Amino acid sequence: MEWVSFVIISLVALGSALGLILKRNAIHGALFLVTNLGSIAALYLMLGAEFLAAAQVIVYAGAIMVLFVFAIMVLIPGKEETGPDPRRVWRLLALPAGGVLLVLLAVMAVTGRSPAPGRLPAGSNVETIGRLLFTDYLFPFELTSVLLLAAMVGVLLLARRRA
Amino acid sequence: MSVPETYYLALAAALFSIGVVGVIIRRNPLVIFMSIELMLNAANLSFVAFGHRLGSPDGQALVFFVMAVAAAEVAVGLAIIVAIFRLRRRLSVDDLNLMRW
Repeated sequence: MEWVSFVIISLVALGSALGLILKRNAIHGALFLVTNLGSIAALYLMLGAEFLAAAQVIVYAGAIMVLFVFAIMVLIPGKEETGPDPRRVWRLLALPAGGVLLVLLAVMAVTGRSPAPGRLPAGSNVETIGRLLFTDYLFPFELTSVLLLAAMVGVLLLARRRA
Repeated sequence: MSVPETYYLALAAALFSIGVVGVIIRRNPLVIFMSIELMLNAANLSFVAFGHRLGSPDGQALVFFVMAVAAAEVAVGLAIIVAIFRLRRRLSVDDLNLMRW
């Protein structure tokens, strides 16, 4: 049963990733990316990370992709992908490069020495993550808030009409 | 029977490679950004898979931080793209050679 769902979800993830990089229309790419993020959220659920699955749907599929769709609608891209490509040969070299990278990563994943298996702590996943964030990772957690504030101020500065 | 974590890692490797190819072959900066998100998600997936294997929730905490940084990165990046579009009226990455050596 778990195998069946894993195979289906991975096929959806791989297909939507390929659709993202192959379709010319940026809005189609955004929809493919939403599908991909949703399938990765399902994989998080299968790995026992319920909190991350919910955060993935809310933060990525919700907030970040809405931002992308807004940017696509403001900029109306598409013309730059249709004209003749002066660097076509160089771009096509990306395919063998990506294949080599895939083989290297897959060999590392399959042949790497695997550590001793353990079990995730029993009980609520949200409670475990919450305790971890507010004890061991308290300082990075607070730094994240500073980072988000700095990003917000920076975006306001960049997006002002006459900066 | 449960799926070994190796398969999750192989899937993450495939997604990461697709993201790398997308960054190189596309000319639209917005699609390049989306491919970068794809690569970030592949890395997140391997974090969660390793955490599951080791029985440690630290991997999930790291993914939480990656998500926060990715949100900040997307906001700043899209603002920069919009600012460049206002300045140049074009959106192809081939035209953005102002800071080349």
